[in-house]
Amino acid sequence: MSPSAMVVPGLLAGTAVFALWRRVDVYSALTAGAGEGLTVLLRIAPALVGLMTAVAMFRASGAMDWLSGLCAPLLEKVGIPAELTPLMLIRPISGSGALAVGSEVMNTCGPDSYAGRVAAVMLGSTETTFYTIAVYFSSAGITRTRHTIPAALTADLVGFIGSALAVRIFFGM
Amino acid sequence: MAMAILWTGMVVLSLVFGLLNGRMEAVSSAALTGAGSAIQLCLSMAGVLCLWSGVMEIMNRCGLSAKLAHAFRPLLRVLLPNASRDDETLSAVSANVSANLLGLGNAATPLGIQAARRMARGLEGVASDELCLLVVLNTASIQIIPTTIASVRAVAGASSPFDILPAVWLSSVLSVSAGLTMAKVLAFFGRRRI
Repeated sequence: MSPSAMVVPGLLAGTAVFALWRRVDVYSALTAGAGEGLTVLLRIAPALVGLMTAVAMFRASGAMDWLSGLCAPLLEKVGIPAELTPLMLIRPISGSGALAVGSEVMNTCGPDSYAGRVAAVMLGSTETTFYTIAVYFSSAGITRTRHTIPAALTADLVGFIGSALAVRIFFGM
Repeated sequence: MAMAILWTGMVVLSLVFGLLNGRMEAVSSAALTGAGSAIQLCLSMAGVLCLWSGVMEIMNRCGLSAKLAHAFRPLLRVLLPNASRDDETLSAVSANVSANLLGLGNAATPLGIQAARRMARGLEGVASDELCLLVVLNTASIQIIPTTIASVRAVAGASSPFDILPAVWLSSVLSVSAGLTMAKVLAFFGRRRI
């Protein structure tokens, strides 16, 4: 038995016991949260239909290979697989789009391949930058965002390079 | 509108490249299978995603988010010294950070907006250094358990979907620190120019 097999059952049992001890109704919390998960899914499903259609067409036409080939020399220097070019381009703009592109990479390259793992780490360690900036500043009534966009994009860029680095460190790939 | 342009651009480029490469049949069938695979992905992801949303909700009700929010106060006082003087802003920001850590996006955004609104008072449409910093903090991901990604990995057949967690944490910390440092540096130079 590998120790990592303990993580999921351990986390589930640990959370439940701790919650019971804190007198939390574990079961109703679980179902309420699961319902919340379902609404999230329901909200992203229509966007995924649109985006996965576009991504599949984009790949089948050969446009994706062209785009990846364009950025490959630069990306190789920092250890990012060229297949991830479209993912990095769409990540700051659309969360569902990134999910669509990322799951496509995981399916074509394999979830445990180097490219598949870096894609997952990229998705987990970055956010939908432009969307977040738009939501925050428009609701706060700010029109001059000053250095927010350059700083936020720096975080994304470091997150992308850091994802490749982290996968190399933890998986020795 | 950005998405409208992006989507149209991708479809038109696919048409052009399909014509140039003589791959029109493949593009046509990809359009139809792509739509189907979106729903397939949603359905196969649903179980894992709902389960972990449920677990996160249990942790939330145990008072974990309140504890996390409390733990982050000293750090936020250093990052946002002016905003922290207003107790209501500080508690909104710390609740925003802890909701982000637990991956409760639906809870995090209204809290962050509440804090941003309070910080924007009297600014007349120009973001302050600290407001920029708050937004940069929210454009960086700081999730302890990225449940959606783990679900996608599980669907794709990963041998252990959660084994990427340490890598996600390392990459997140690098990314957040870079964003915050850049915001501080640019704020410093912006001030000197004025």
